[in-house]
Amino acid sequence: MSSNHYFKHEGPWSDAGDPLMCTDTGDWRTKRPVVDKEKCIFCGFCAIYCPIQVMEMQSDTHFEANLDFCKGCGICAKECPKGAITMISEGEFAS
Amino acid sequence: MSTTTTPSRIKVITGNAAAAIAAKLARPDVVAAYPITPQTEVIEQISTFHASGEMDCELITVEGENSAMNAVMAASLAGGRVFTASSSWGLVFMYDAVLAVAGARAPVVMVNVNRETPGIIAVSSGQQDMISTRDAGWIFLIAEDCQEVLDLVLQAYRLAEDYDIQLPVMVHYDGFFLSYLSEGVDIPEQETVDRFLSVLKDQPRRTVLTPGRKLGVGSHGILGGYMELRHKHVTAMERSKAKFEEIDKEFAGIFGRTYGGQVEEYRCDDADIVLLGSGSMCGTIKSVIDDQREKGVRIGLVKMRMYRPFPHQALVAALKGKKAVGVVDRSLAFGFDGGPIYTELKAFETRLEGAQLVSFIDGIANTDITKTNVEKMIQMTRDLADGKNVPEVTWVSYPEANTKGEK
Repeated sequence: MSSNHYFKHEGPWSDAGDPLMCTDTGDWRTKRPVVDKEKCIFCGFCAIYCPIQVMEMQSDTHFEANLDFCKGCGICAKECPKGAITMISEGEFAS
Repeated sequence: MSTTTTPSRIKVITGNAAAAIAAKLARPDVVAAYPITPQTEVIEQISTFHASGEMDCELITVEGENSAMNAVMAASLAGGRVFTASSSWGLVFMYDAVLAVAGARAPVVMVNVNRETPGIIAVSSGQQDMISTRDAGWIFLIAEDCQEVLDLVLQAYRLAEDYDIQLPVMVHYDGFFLSYLSEGVDIPEQETVDRFLSVLKDQPRRTVLTPGRKLGVGSHGILGGYMELRHKHVTAMERSKAKFEEIDKEFAGIFGRTYGGQVEEYRCDDADIVLLGSGSMCGTIKSVIDDQREKGVRIGLVKMRMYRPFPHQALVAALKGKKAVGVVDRSLAFGFDGGPIYTELKAFETRLEGAQLVSFIDGIANTDITKTNVEKMIQMTRDLADGKNVPEVTWVSYPEANTKGEK
């Protein structure tokens, strides 16, 4: 995470066109939303409710969270009308 | 100090007037400030200059100090040259903005007319407000007399706005003792000041808010980004030491006055013992040193002109090899016995080649640092040099503090 090249300027200036700097909020997550592709009906509720807009369409079939930024709040899983999203502890994915 | 070699006029003015005139000569785009004793006269003078058309700036008469600092920060980030002034409670009331200005690397220049701080209602002189703000990330400069107030404000603009520095600078001078003291001040011509500051125009332009350009400031910075910015900040502060020395030399070439940069050494060359002081007390100390020199006492003064960054290299160079150094603090370091500057210098004691250190606290809340007091400090520093037992800390004007007993 630590890098010496976030800022092009001497001060804390950020250009709006830059990739989102330093706010890799995926680091904060303790649980990960896992979408069951079979159950997903592509309604988009998860994307509408996601407070930070990280539910991304996957080839017109289902949605998946962008894990770089998903904080793991679980709202998508709560709102999914088909119960297609399960929150799974990050520990399960540790290598 | 030698006499000036360029056109100027000498007027008898107060320290506050000197600060206001210096601000006018620097041609700021925006001034925002709120009055507070003992700084009020600075703003009164600037208002007068502004009303008469002598000063072509945007003058924002804000409803409080917090707005003053936020206003000049915004104006500075938009590329303007700015000025503000405050003291004590006012400085505390703008404290969050003081920190934000430093984090934003906005080259704000302000004067802080030193006064005791909140907690005890003390409308009186003392450097406690400076000490309470020392880790804000600003460059701190301290003036000894009214002339130096004017000169330091001009130098502050060169330092703050330098492309290699880009840091806010606070010029400190003792409230009451300097703010209201009238003495002869050599006021330079506008053209001379313009020439001195014109160097900044030849430098690359710092990043500023520009209409139509999508740019944010202070909106990011956690983890690595935070460390990167803070490291750049402390590195720029370190760079400012040499830059200040260069500016002082250049200033001398144009205005004919030099102060020695980060520290001024007074009769130190062959001195066995030295007092380390700052601000208006140094005038008294110098006159006592002159008296004692006539009696054959080999004593000198090191005057601290730059307090942040802490000029430890310059201090070590000036103090190493001396027999004893008495550090005079006009403020307290709560939680420590000794004064703040003493406590900080103590961190470099091992580099002083055996020079012993002793702390004097005096001048709190308008107490006069009299010649008698200075003589007392010199005697104790001499005793220390002679191997006698001297207490580490002495409250010079409050003997009750020095009696044995519960610490």
